[in-house]
Amino acid sequence: MKLQDIAIARSGDKGNRATLSVIARGPTHDAAAHYAVLERLLTAERVQAHYRGIVQGRVQRFALPHLVALHFVMDDALGGGVTRSLALDAHGKTLSAAILDIEIDDQHPLQNHAHPTTGD
Amino acid sequence: MRPFRIGAGAGYSGDRIDPAQALAERGALDVLVFECLAERTIALAQLRRSHDPRHGYDPLLEERLRAVLPACVRQGVTVISNMGAAHPEAAGAAVLKVARELGLPRLRVAVVTGDDVLPWIAANDVPLMDSPQRVSDFGDRLISANAYLGADALLPALASGADVVITGRVADPALFLAPLMQHFGWRADDWPRLGFGVLVGHLLECAGQVSGGYIADPGHFDVPGLHDLGFPLAEVKPDGSAVITKLDGTGGRVDRLTCTAQLLYEIEDPARYLQPDVVADFSGVQLREVGKDRVEVRGASGTPRPSHLKATLGYRDGFIGEGQISYAGPGAVARGQLALELLQHRIDRLGWRTHEHRAELIGVNAMHGAALGGDRTPYEVRVRLAVRCTSRAQAERVGQEVEALYLNGPAAGGGVTQSVREVIAAASALVPRAAVRPAVQLHEITP
Repeated sequence: MKLQDIAIARSGDKGNRATLSVIARGPTHDAAAHYAVLERLLTAERVQAHYRGIVQGRVQRFALPHLVALHFVMDDALGGGVTRSLALDAHGKTLSAAILDIEIDDQHPLQNHAHPTTGD
Repeated sequence: MRPFRIGAGAGYSGDRIDPAQALAERGALDVLVFECLAERTIALAQLRRSHDPRHGYDPLLEERLRAVLPACVRQGVTVISNMGAAHPEAAGAAVLKVARELGLPRLRVAVVTGDDVLPWIAANDVPLMDSPQRVSDFGDRLISANAYLGADALLPALASGADVVITGRVADPALFLAPLMQHFGWRADDWPRLGFGVLVGHLLECAGQVSGGYIADPGHFDVPGLHDLGFPLAEVKPDGSAVITKLDGTGGRVDRLTCTAQLLYEIEDPARYLQPDVVADFSGVQLREVGKDRVEVRGASGTPRPSHLKATLGYRDGFIGEGQISYAGPGAVARGQLALELLQHRIDRLGWRTHEHRAELIGVNAMHGAALGGDRTPYEVRVRLAVRCTSRAQAERVGQEVEALYLNGPAAGGGVTQSVREVIAAASALVPRAAVRPAVQLHEITP
């Protein structure tokens, strides 16, 4: 299973910052369980490690349990900012899809977390 | 009390027009908002205006209004838009011209100005936000400076009974907040209600993004009828709740996920969403699916507005030269990599080693680098070289170097494209409210 199987993600831009929302899918009960996985797995450190080489600055995480969503603000992530970046995807619009590639292990989600390279 | 119905007719300047026309004709709306300004749009529009003083507003303004004005005038729908861009006065005149061509017997257009703070910025060398630089570091490269006006700047225009309100730079959610304040009579210091109005505006401002656009992922999250995506509208009630929905019979979907994704889109701290009129607090927002393609939102709040307004500065920032070439079939990745190595040598020989550049393989690592994309082998790849340059001539050389791979590079390269673009970059600075003086001019067609 990958995050793609339990969540959707959307990224956005704010100057040289990228924002990333990861939202649990499923009907109410499943979504709550999926959110619990997200909350354990997607620490700010894990997200920073996943985007290494892209995100140069700090990653802040905001947890929104009633929305079953995590929101991340990633500094220095867009090659100097949307308006001057050399990147093909200057907005970082495709960044959201990359996070969905992370493998999840229903039995041992915390174990995954202890090995931040998994799924990269 | 009947809910106040407010629709989103555009989420950016190039957005589809037919969904806006459908909303105008069938939405039973009170207000239709077109949000058409991105970060550097005004700087680009300012350049167009400097070449021709009749230009500088949204290039699609006439086409959009031709599509929606007849229905809006017939049904008494107020149109609000920031399509004025760098020249709201000329945009106002263009609206009247369209109205005359359509044979409309009467129309009142209000033009909101005051966002242009270039003289103040040039005279007050303020520091930039998120940068150690100051305004003076731009020298004569500075093109534009526009403060984000709030809903308060639009209220006199709405109070005048205008059918169409045209603005330049206004905080996107304020385009929606203003008619809500006007309709419900919210006070300018009623922070929780203003926070709720910002929530409604934020959910609608990207148009199709809340009604099923930009979220489809086949097999994981399917969205029907994206070719005919319905743009959203909100039914707003005075109790601080609203239902986000779309027209029956249109494509897309409105549900908990589409609304949550848009709720968090491009905001930073959800508890402190800085706006000119209020610091909105979305941290307690609740979403509830109350029917097919109907989501009820409530629970927004707010705290007092910031002391300063944010301004976006546009400045010239050199040129980017780019070239691309494709390789396919067995060994495509190896040939693409060989091409990149050759290009690195050429960059060194041209003395460009210190120039910021990207040399990458589209299909392998152009989006997310080697760490995330590197271990999968595609059938075809596309070499891309992009170099930051100080002159147009230098930038043209970049594409030429890629093109020279035809005769001088690896086997079977094809499909070269070249581009040069002048970079108009954006920066931000804070401006005291006293330096910003919004004003409204009225233009009318009378029978």
